[in-house]
Amino acid sequence: MDPAEAGMSLWQWFTDPANWTGENGIPVRTWEQIQISLLAMAIALAISLPVALVLGHLRKGMFLATNIGNVGRAVPTLGVLTILASIPSIGIGNTAAVLALALFAIPPVLTNTYTGVAGVDDEVRDAARGMGMSGLGILSRVEMPLAVPLIAAGIRTATVQVVATASLAALVGSGGLGRYVVDGFALQDNTLILAGAILTAALAVLAELLLSTGQRWVTPRGLRHAGRAEVEIQEIPTAKGVV
Amino acid sequence: MAAATLADASNPWLSWTYIQDYWPELVAAGKEHIYLTVASVVLAIIVAIPLAMLIRRLPVLNGPILGLSGVLYTIPSLALISLLWPVFGLSPWTVIVALAVYGLLVVLRNIVVGLQEVPGDVLDAADGMGLTNRQILTRVSLPLALPTILAGIRIATVSTVGMVTIGALVGYGGFGTLILSGFQNNFWHAQILTATLGCVLLASFFELVLLVLEKVLAPWTRRRPA
Repeated sequence: MDPAEAGMSLWQWFTDPANWTGENGIPVRTWEQIQISLLAMAIALAISLPVALVLGHLRKGMFLATNIGNVGRAVPTLGVLTILASIPSIGIGNTAAVLALALFAIPPVLTNTYTGVAGVDDEVRDAARGMGMSGLGILSRVEMPLAVPLIAAGIRTATVQVVATASLAALVGSGGLGRYVVDGFALQDNTLILAGAILTAALAVLAELLLSTGQRWVTPRGLRHAGRAEVEIQEIPTAKGVV
Repeated sequence: MAAATLADASNPWLSWTYIQDYWPELVAAGKEHIYLTVASVVLAIIVAIPLAMLIRRLPVLNGPILGLSGVLYTIPSLALISLLWPVFGLSPWTVIVALAVYGLLVVLRNIVVGLQEVPGDVLDAADGMGLTNRQILTRVSLPLALPTILAGIRIATVSTVGMVTIGALVGYGGFGTLILSGFQNNFWHAQILTATLGCVLLASFFELVLLVLEKVLAPWTRRRPA
């Protein structure tokens, strides 16, 4: 396809009012992708945060927390998506997508939260205990605030990954921006493929920018400088892994 | 609904008959999967080495290069393969180049971090012994950075094994092509699960081989639990 021609037809596609309205319009498809991602994240957080906080506080289950990410990396998202969508009681559509994405969002949150809480200095914990704080008090008022940079990094990594991967859900018949790409390949329509690719990429990059700002914002001021280097290193192994 | 139940009854997830009957297809998919994975990672390494050397010489470029590859990393594989599709068309290169972009970030970051982590004292000692800049790189820095570099290659490889499946979109997805065609073929459970397990097996195989390689090439490192 000639680049000038491709650019022209893309311009026409994006300026066509028909592509901005209705079931298959850009706003509806974008919102679908955001909804699928938010639901998946809500499920993943509800499962992984409590487990990781408690295990991290007790400093137990190190093996689980450090290896779950490796297992997640080895399992292809496409496989899990299609397996879930082929189970008759789940079926094709958004449910399979939400469940699959939630499964893949658990490892980064779990690993980072566990590492953050379990990694709090022994001296700090002892001081808190010496002040007469209970286990729950230590977790909620000492360990959790200190672990915020890592927890936030984990949530950010997972969310960006989920928003990006949500485009794959179209392969199992769910909505979202991936719809354009999958339909484009089915119809041999290069403009539709490229438009879908641009939209999914833009949404993922936007999510990354928003969440990296959010991550900085929630990090307690005293930890901002110290936390950063550590956070950056933590991200490498978990990011993307599975998309 | 009765029809669905009936279809379900004759649609097992695990089937030895399937593996026997479709062995040639499974082997072909596995070979394609390995080829696509290795080609992407090798391409990523070939591009990463000169970039890492450039960053080592001009540390100012550290931020921009890693920042740009970080943005590329955020782009979903589905989108990147689609964007490259008009350029390379129905060829394995569409998948190889797209996946090499993702591998690049991990490999490049680990080379740069590995080289940066070499203690200053060691570099000073090497300098004091009269080693040239090139000798310091090849005899001191690179050997010390090797474990980190190899870990990057291992992580990139295992991630690539999973992402190759998305190549099914353009017909080059190794086991992914079987997963997708099984799905489109009336939710053919045996094919979907067997191909997914094939993928997991391949990822574990690469993980193991590269871990052994790390041990052999850098025997002085004791692996930390993390």
